[in-house]
Amino acid sequence: MGISTIWIYGEAANGSASSTTLELLAKARELAGTVEVIIHGDAAALATELGAHGATSVQSVGDLAGGLAGPRIASAIAGAVAAGTGPDVVLCATTYDGRDIAGRLSAKLDAPVITNVVDLVADGDRLLGVEPVFGGVVNVTTGFTGDSTAIFLVRPKSFEASSTGGAAATVGSLAAGDTGNTGTSVVKDRFVEETSGPKLDEAAIVVSGGRGLGEAEKYEMIESLAKLLKGAPGASRAVVDSGWVPYSYQVGQTGKVVKPTVYLACGISGATQHLVGMKGSANIIAINKDEEAPIFGVADLGIVGDVHKVLPKLIEALEARG
Amino acid sequence: MNIVVCVKQIPDPTDPGALDPETKTLKRDAKLILDESDSYGVEMALQLVDGTEDGEVRLVSMAPNNEVGGLRTALAMGAASAVLVSDEALAGSDSLSTAKVLVEAIKRCEPTLILTATESSDGYTGTVPVQIAELLDLPSVTFAKEITINGDTVTVKRQTEDGYDEVECPLPCVVSVTAGVVEPRYPSFKGIMAAKNKPVEELDLAGLGIDASTVGWAGARQEITEVTEAAVREAGEIIVDEGDAHERILSFMDDLKVL
Repeated sequence: MGISTIWIYGEAANGSASSTTLELLAKARELAGTVEVIIHGDAAALATELGAHGATSVQSVGDLAGGLAGPRIASAIAGAVAAGTGPDVVLCATTYDGRDIAGRLSAKLDAPVITNVVDLVADGDRLLGVEPVFGGVVNVTTGFTGDSTAIFLVRPKSFEASSTGGAAATVGSLAAGDTGNTGTSVVKDRFVEETSGPKLDEAAIVVSGGRGLGEAEKYEMIESLAKLLKGAPGASRAVVDSGWVPYSYQVGQTGKVVKPTVYLACGISGATQHLVGMKGSANIIAINKDEEAPIFGVADLGIVGDVHKVLPKLIEALEARG
Repeated sequence: MNIVVCVKQIPDPTDPGALDPETKTLKRDAKLILDESDSYGVEMALQLVDGTEDGEVRLVSMAPNNEVGGLRTALAMGAASAVLVSDEALAGSDSLSTAKVLVEAIKRCEPTLILTATESSDGYTGTVPVQIAELLDLPSVTFAKEITINGDTVTVKRQTEDGYDEVECPLPCVVSVTAGVVEPRYPSFKGIMAAKNKPVEELDLAGLGIDASTVGWAGARQEITEVTEAAVREAGEIIVDEGDAHERILSFMDDLKVL
């Protein structure tokens, strides 16, 4: 008994697999004998890296030729399922394309999706997904009752990526089939927003600002502090929704999940929406005027104080150190 | 041009939620309001039809208990009408069942463009927009920060990990709108008064031709096997700033050797 085959939607940039792809591989190889990665683009370029992380094979649906990943990958997997050569389980990370694929595949296979998964547990010949609710206070474990392909959307940073030093994955291709009208979106241009310093979800130190900053201009303190600490600036949803900083800065349930060595929350009250995205941090420092703020419930060091007084002194002291 | 915006009415997020001990799903007995995440799609749609001759924004929603409070908010913002699918059998519906129901309601509106949020603020599965698109055999663009309509295509700035893609898509299609990208208008007094008389068509599952056994609890194909309390993070040291808190922060980070 047990799960025989897991397929993972693999994402890559500049010839290496994304961290979320490697995280999913680390868990999948514990759960199933055959772990295959489905990608678009050049499969051979990723075979060594994916094999070292436990992939049995890597199969490409070909080049997207400007199309979006969602319809093409979903069509390819659905085609394999219809032909009887599909997997028991499909894992996608909760990324922009991962969600598109899981949603489309779900409708194609008429199978529900278990979303926001932070852990996967084997239960005989099926897999259960663990999903945190109410800001992570309660964990709900869910399994599928039918015999259709089990689709899970897994949150980034749920597992730790690690290499087993396995042999290169075998390289193959998977027919995408006809995506028809669903595949007619075309990417005309790509824009990269220049950011200096480490990425938000990879930084060892994250400095986040919230509504307590008062106004958009004060967010500059967060940027300065992040730069001095060689960390990344982040923000609460309130600040992002107010348009002070782009969506890509958002830490929380609807934004990025971060687990840095130090998370410095400045003027953030700690709504459950935010706590979900940062409470896995190794050390949390919080500065907030309101001593009742929920953020103090998770802080290792809590400062009841005004960010407008504490942050300028902190910035000055760090500058003095050089 | 007819734009349909899918909106969800949810319990007020400032009231703490709870799981029903019997059914182990979110309790939905409190008064429902318009999900803030959906207010951005409503605003985006209103901006797209503003200034057009025949542009109209219609709302599509689903609720188990005839709730219209959230719909009235969106109507007061400027939407012209709403279709509400309401049926007791809808309680407990998963995202695919929700998409199937919304699709039947959307078909009645014959939209040029369908807008949604990227995810709801209570269930946050984030799969309904694409499930709707797939069920309608339509292309989709998710995580839009800007939408421009040019004749029979739409150009969308789609959020990516490190910036955005400019994606062109033929109409009709489904576009999900990222929260915060537009400033939702506050309903005016006139808007609030007008909303009271705007048409809200209420339909049940039979009226849409949907078999009640395929949705809600009856149609659920997943089960909750366990509900556990998550490990609680212990609170640490809390100090009141006396003008030297920055020094405490520095020594804390020095001890961690991260500086």
